[in-house]
Amino acid sequence: MAVITCRDAVVRALDEEMARDEDVIFFGEDVGKAGGVFKVTPGLFEKYGERRVRDTPISENAIVGAGVGAAVTGMRPVIELMFADFAAVTLDQIVNQAAKLRYMSGGQIQVPLTIRMAQGSAGGFGSQHSQCCESWFMHAPGLKVCVPGNPADILGLLKSAVRDDNPVIFLEHKGQYAERGEVPDHANHLVPMGQARIVREGGDVTIVAVQHMVGVALKAADTLAEQGVECEVIDPRTLVPLDMETIARSVEKTGHLVTVEEAVRAGGWGAEVVSQITENNIWSLEGPVVRVTLGAGIIPFSQPLEEHLLPGPEDVVAAVRRSLES
Amino acid sequence: MSTCLGAAVRHKMLANMLLVRHTEERIQELFLENVIRGTTHLCIGQEAVSVAMAEVVDAARGDTVTCTYRGHGHALALGMPLDSLMAEMMGKASGCSKGKGGSMHLADLEVGLLGTFAVVGAGLPVTNGAALTAQLRGTGAISISIFGDGTPNIGAWHEAVNLAAVWKLPVVFLCENNRYGEYTPYDDTAPVPNVSDRAAAYGIPSAIVDGQDAEAVYPVLLEAAEKARAGEGPTLVEALTYRYRGHSRSDPATYRPEGELERWMERDPIDILAQRMQADGQLTAAAFESLRDQQKAEVQRVTEWAMNEPWPALEETLEDIWAPSGDSAAQREGA
Repeated sequence: MAVITCRDAVVRALDEEMARDEDVIFFGEDVGKAGGVFKVTPGLFEKYGERRVRDTPISENAIVGAGVGAAVTGMRPVIELMFADFAAVTLDQIVNQAAKLRYMSGGQIQVPLTIRMAQGSAGGFGSQHSQCCESWFMHAPGLKVCVPGNPADILGLLKSAVRDDNPVIFLEHKGQYAERGEVPDHANHLVPMGQARIVREGGDVTIVAVQHMVGVALKAADTLAEQGVECEVIDPRTLVPLDMETIARSVEKTGHLVTVEEAVRAGGWGAEVVSQITENNIWSLEGPVVRVTLGAGIIPFSQPLEEHLLPGPEDVVAAVRRSLES
Repeated sequence: MSTCLGAAVRHKMLANMLLVRHTEERIQELFLENVIRGTTHLCIGQEAVSVAMAEVVDAARGDTVTCTYRGHGHALALGMPLDSLMAEMMGKASGCSKGKGGSMHLADLEVGLLGTFAVVGAGLPVTNGAALTAQLRGTGAISISIFGDGTPNIGAWHEAVNLAAVWKLPVVFLCENNRYGEYTPYDDTAPVPNVSDRAAAYGIPSAIVDGQDAEAVYPVLLEAAEKARAGEGPTLVEALTYRYRGHSRSDPATYRPEGELERWMERDPIDILAQRMQADGQLTAAAFESLRDQQKAEVQRVTEWAMNEPWPALEETLEDIWAPSGDSAAQREGA
């Protein structure tokens, strides 16, 4: 086991997959010579050359479209859109083309495309460079959605995404790029999609969180443990497919469910988790389900405002208390 | 335009133009009879561009095509079987896309048709990707993107043409300028007199051709294709043409000035080629009539066949959304 950063995990996954399969190509804005705006992809350009690692114009429609067309004709492109917020520029290519071409062609077409984006708050990036956009893509059947939150999951899921024959939205949390974690040394570490990870076991309440919010949930769990409440923290790792089985099993054990999202409340993945539990496991619940979210907030620039809006451990503690004490 | 094609190619083009014409006329009737639902966009009047384009495409080599929702003509010219198209129009299981696509979403990878894209401008970026594959693999294949005169007003067009120019992708951008973007005349929405004028902004060559004359379109497309195959990058070809019908099923096209349609019909693409073949002794009037009757009969035969084809099984509704993942075995291994 080696200890690497989330940033290292991205470049290692791409390196391993590009070495393994010549059809894997990688392009996006500044990803080549500059090694990426977030310095996530250094060395790939030097190693694989300008044919397979390409800098693009600032043209999100052209980037995603070229990814779709290359994928449809047999390549396995990985593309980067830099900030996930910019996916809005090319939503047509993502939700109308990449997601639907297979279905609309009666299964003739395959789109093995990985679209990497950095999302989430990293402190002071403002309203258009800080959003968590995962729920946008859950509404477009045909897209898989990965939200890994540590080096091992980034490494294993990105490799799985590249090998997947479907278009995959691969969201990295830009606030986590410098976070460290252990990863296996061998070059075949794959994390399957649709398999949640139980990050911490506990019998009193189930907390579901992804990416940066996993750390927030764990801090809350520490506080609650001191108060005699044992939390089970679950990281779904992929939202499409979503491992409801693991979540439901946990809720059957704990009777309480709290979801923690760094995103808007309405129509979020937390709402989906909660809906599925109330549809299928309502008799397991012994208290109200509670969602911790940004509400209907927009990420502000000012530091105290941004920190106030983002869920913190104290918000999760309060949510758990509400579920347990209502 | 002087003769540049052999009798066999001319005959094929003529036969395909007649097939497209009669297929679309029948499709329009079937809409009115409620046999076909939704909407449709006919290319009647524009057939010459389709058949000339198809002559340039070599699907066996890996050439690919994207076009718009006005794509029946391109699909048939490329060689999509008529039964496959007609069954798709009716939403039947034996359609090219198992009935899930319909008039606006035709695809047939066998003939190089990646898809008819129903969102204006969406096909061009995808064409670039197909051309990128050809460039990386060194196959000499090209990708052709066909679009209308309204498309250069959408951002995706500019992003795609720019990227193709920067990466010298083997692409031919083929505009069918039929003078109207939906219901609005070209001149009301574009600041330059010709679509091809836009090529200068991206430093790529362009050409304007008579889109009513298949033999005028063909050599220009061929030259653009050969340049692309040789690694010289994309060309923008603008074919001046006209749709005899409205934008879509519900458009009676009352916005057109009086006499405009008639003037264009005097230069009908089928008549132009047929008359030239007759003048060159390659076709008699009787043979032309016989070919027309033959294609009409084929359309009628296939229509009746398609009407009797089964609907897709309801279990198909949610099939074909997901690809069974390529390396799922390896994924389990690593789990």
